[in-house]
Order: sequence, then C-alpha cells, then structure tokens
Amino acid sequence: MKLLRRVLDKQAQLFDKGGKLERLHPLYEALDTFLYTSGRVTTHASHVRDGLDLKRMMMTVVVALIPAVLMALYNTGLQANLVLAELGRTEILGWRGAILSFLGVGVTPESILANVLHGALYFFPVYLITLAAGGFWEVLFASVRRHQVAEGFLVTSLLFPLILPPDIPWWQVVVGISFGVVIGKEVFGGVGMNVLNPALTARVFLFFAYPAQISGDKVWVAVDGVSRATPLAELADPLLDLSVSYWDAFLGFIPGSMGETSTLACLIGAAVLILTGVGSWRIMLATVLGMATTALLMNVAGSSSNPLFQVTPLQHLVLGGFAFGTVFMATDPVSAAVTDAGKWIYGWLIGVLAVMIRVINPAFPEGVMLAILFMNVFAPIIDRIFIQRNIKRRLVRNVGR
Amino acid sequence: MSKAKKILLDPIFNDNPIARQILGICSALAVTSKLETSIVMALAVIFVVSFSNLAVSLIRNHIPTSIRILVEMTIIASLVIIADQFIKAFAFDISKQLSVYVGLIITNCIIMGRAEAFALKNPPLTSFLDGIGNGLGYSFVLLSVGFVRELLGSGKLLGMVVLKSTTEGGWYLPNGLLVLPASAFLLIGFLIWIIRTWKPEQVEEE
Repeated sequence: MKLLRRVLDKQAQLFDKGGKLERLHPLYEALDTFLYTSGRVTTHASHVRDGLDLKRMMMTVVVALIPAVLMALYNTGLQANLVLAELGRTEILGWRGAILSFLGVGVTPESILANVLHGALYFFPVYLITLAAGGFWEVLFASVRRHQVAEGFLVTSLLFPLILPPDIPWWQVVVGISFGVVIGKEVFGGVGMNVLNPALTARVFLFFAYPAQISGDKVWVAVDGVSRATPLAELADPLLDLSVSYWDAFLGFIPGSMGETSTLACLIGAAVLILTGVGSWRIMLATVLGMATTALLMNVAGSSSNPLFQVTPLQHLVLGGFAFGTVFMATDPVSAAVTDAGKWIYGWLIGVLAVMIRVINPAFPEGVMLAILFMNVFAPIIDRIFIQRNIKRRLVRNVGR
Repeated sequence: MSKAKKILLDPIFNDNPIARQILGICSALAVTSKLETSIVMALAVIFVVSFSNLAVSLIRNHIPTSIRILVEMTIIASLVIIADQFIKAFAFDISKQLSVYVGLIITNCIIMGRAEAFALKNPPLTSFLDGIGNGLGYSFVLLSVGFVRELLGSGKLLGMVVLKSTTEGGWYLPNGLLVLPASAFLLIGFLIWIIRTWKPEQVEEE
C-alpha cells in the first residue's frame, strides 16, 4: 500500500499547477481519491456535518446494485443456455465459446457456474465499454472545464449496462453512453445540474435511434438468431400466452434487459437504499401506488381487443423494468423532485404514466423509461409549486402575528 | 468592414436569427429531415424576407403606425403565395413534401421581426440587404441541420446514397432518431453551443 502511495505522490508534481500534464489533473485526482482518502482538509468553518459525502453516497448505490448485477450475470447466461439446451447445442461459436471451452465449462443450464460465466461474457464487455467511453467524456469535460471528475458516473456506468439487452452491439453502447453523458449531463453543467437521468437518456437515445436492436423479440436472449419476446410483449400480443410463471418473473428468470428482470434483487437494493437513507422511500412507495391505482382502473375499464388492460398491479410490478426503474432510476437524487410533497406527486405520476404507456400505447410495450424521463423534466416545476406554497404560508403566518 | 457588407454578413454568424435570436425554429424542425427540402425552404425564405423588407421599406413613410402590422402581413402573405405557387409549378414533388410549411412562412417570426425591427426604420436598399443576410443566416442553420439529418438519418445526401444502409446490403445502420423532428432541437442546440464557444460574446448574461 505504501508503495502505491509513493508512486502516486511521485506523479503528483506532473499534474500539479505548472506540471507537464496539468490539464489532466482531474484524471489524477479521481484516481487518487478513489484509492485513498483525500489529503485535503477543510481549514475554515465547515458547513457539512455528515460523513456521507457524494463518493460514499454513490458507493452505497453501487452496493445496492450488487444483487441486480449478480442476477444479471446469472440470468443472462441462464436464458442463453436454456435456449441452447432446447436447440440441442452443447457449445457456442466465437470468442465466448473459445473462452468457455478453455475454462472447461459447458453451456448447460443446470450448472450455476456455466450460467454465470456465460452471462459475464456478455455483461462485462458492455460494462467495460461503458466505463471507457463514458469515462473519456467525463475526463474530457473535467479537463476543459477544470473541475474534478464527479463520482456520479460510477453509478451511471453501472446502471446503463443493466438496462441494455445482452445482444446490444458494442458500438451502440459507445454511441449511447456518449449521448447520455454529454446531452444528459454535461451540457447542463455536470453532476448535480442535470435535469435528466444520464443512464436513461443514453437508453432512450438508443431506443429511438436503433429500435431494432433494443426492442422487438430478437434481442433479449443472447443466442444468435433466436427470437423470444419479453413477457410484457407476450402479454401485449393477443395470440401469445404468458410463458413464465409468476415466481419466475419475481425472481428474475425471464428474458429482458440484463439487470432489470429480478424484482427480488430490486427489493434488496431498495432495502439498502432506504435503510441508508440514500434513496427516497416516498418516491418508491408513491410510484408503486400510482402504478397500482392506474392498473386497477384499467382492470375495471377493460377492453376486448387489448389484453394488457387485464394485467393486474402485481403482474405490472414483476414484469419489465418497473421495479428496477422505481428503485434505482426514479430515486436519482439529482433528477427527482426534492420537496417531500413533491416526491409523492413525482413518484405517483411516474407510476401512472408507466402503466398508461404500457397499456394504452401499442408501440411501446415498456413505459417505465419514458415515464421517468418525462417526470424528470417536470420535477423542478413540481418542486417550485410546493416551495412557493411554503413561502406563501410562512408569509401569512408572519403577517397574522 | 463596410456598412452594407456588415448588414449582409452579420446575420450569418454574429447575429444569426435562429442561433442568436432563437426565432423561426418551428420550420427548422419540420422541413430539415432531407437536404433537398431544406434548400428549397431556405430559398423560399430568402426570397420572402428580402422582398418583404424591400416592399415594407419602400412604403415605410406612408404606413399609418396603427395598421402597420396588417400592411406588413398583406405584403408577406402575397410574397409567400408567389413562392408557394412557384414551387408548386416547378418542383411539385418537393412542394408535396414541404406540404403546409411553405404557407406557414407567413408566420415565420424572422420575416415579421425583420420587417418590424429593420425595414420600418431603414432605406430600401439596406433593408433588402438585411433581408438577404437574415435569409442566409436562416439557410445556414437549415442546411447544416438538414445535412446532418439526411446523412446520418438515412445515409443519403440530396437523395444519393453516401453511406450504404444495412437494409440495402451496406454497412451503415441509419439512426432513426435523426428522422424524428425532435432531433433538430438537439442539432440546433449543438450548433448554438459551437457558435457561442467560438464567439463567447453571444453568451447571455445570467
């Protein structure tokens, strides 16, 4: 450890003022504070009395995401291996096959190790590419604008691969995360100033730019040329029956974006976020309530031609990205509403809109992403209403005295 | 720079009607999915704004202030009808693609704005130049946006294949977002970003 510290200190002068690589100081600073506690101490009166700084807050979210990541590894491999077993194939082609056979694990769906390894060979390339491409933009903007590399990207870069289908082409990952970081965050001034959730912005860009690669029935299982619809798409199609059991959907053994399938993993994440106070329980609860009320209304209204009207609130909860979006996306402290009353309205409307888009718009079987982004835009307005009301109430109170 | 040249060229980068004054955005969103329609639209707007400026300026001392907007609208509407009929006669396909947007030049804020802000106060020739200048500024944005949208959105330029798309056996996967009008918002935003980085004096005070 001391050696590492010494190496870092030796390089420090290169990046300090007047050093050769002064422009790249944010990169050095990011690495240094990631590995060690910052050496800089506040010398004047400090205003924050909480040990929970931005870095620790973001790390908490990363910890909360661990169950979802594990499920992403396992389920991506499981879905692929199940299909391979169905087809009677015992090996796969390409570099993934080479690595798997080199390690001596096959592609049987029975072996947990085989599933996790197969899934890892899909998840980690996408994750590393996200880190590299997004990190490039972060460092570029930090260097030009002379501020530090913000920690928010740690979470964004982990969320983004989790909401992508396993078959996504790698160049699209690059294009998507570049758009998400630059348009979703940096044009507004970086972390803390962004109106939209950067990971969702990246995904919505891919969704509209390259719809074939991120929707439809070809992309959700990581086996070439195999088509399998997500359960939501099956529900939407009157000709198809739901092919998964409720418990499979709850535990996450269904096709879908890599990290979003398991409601259980999301619930564990929600528990971590709520217990540490990092994620807002108001937003999560309000979103679920909004979803439930709208889904029940749809159940009562009914429709002879659209089977999605009959989907119950419990089914909405476990299918698609609802749980994942509610726990990890809607609660993003920067783009969500900040006033307590505002959080209720904000979350409730996300739930309402998500179900409305899912059920009523046949073009979008999944509505959570669009609902959250839409409410991100409205969050400042909602906050403004409640802040103004509070100011008025206090004014009246003072005048009355 | 002489005064006439300044009036003619300033609206292109220094005081661009779209990038600086944020006027006339609606048509920039609607007609820029292809370069061809962008060019025709740009020419139509240059024609209308320059001649409406000229006409308004010629009679500027005879228009009663209370009905000046009515007079201006009459002139602009007549010019737009000429442009519309001309396009219908000589480029019917494009006129069908542009549909209502040629007619909607009447409501383009740039034209009304130049008539009000410039032509009512200046002699005919400078007004005419100002009209052409602002038309060019509008065209510059329209063509830039149309160029990017057609090239990346469908892999073509002026209808000719540049990047062969995967559906025709090529390598390029067209970006569907750029076909949607909302993408023009993003591109105009990028353009404003570039221009204001290049000319920081255009950045508005907070």
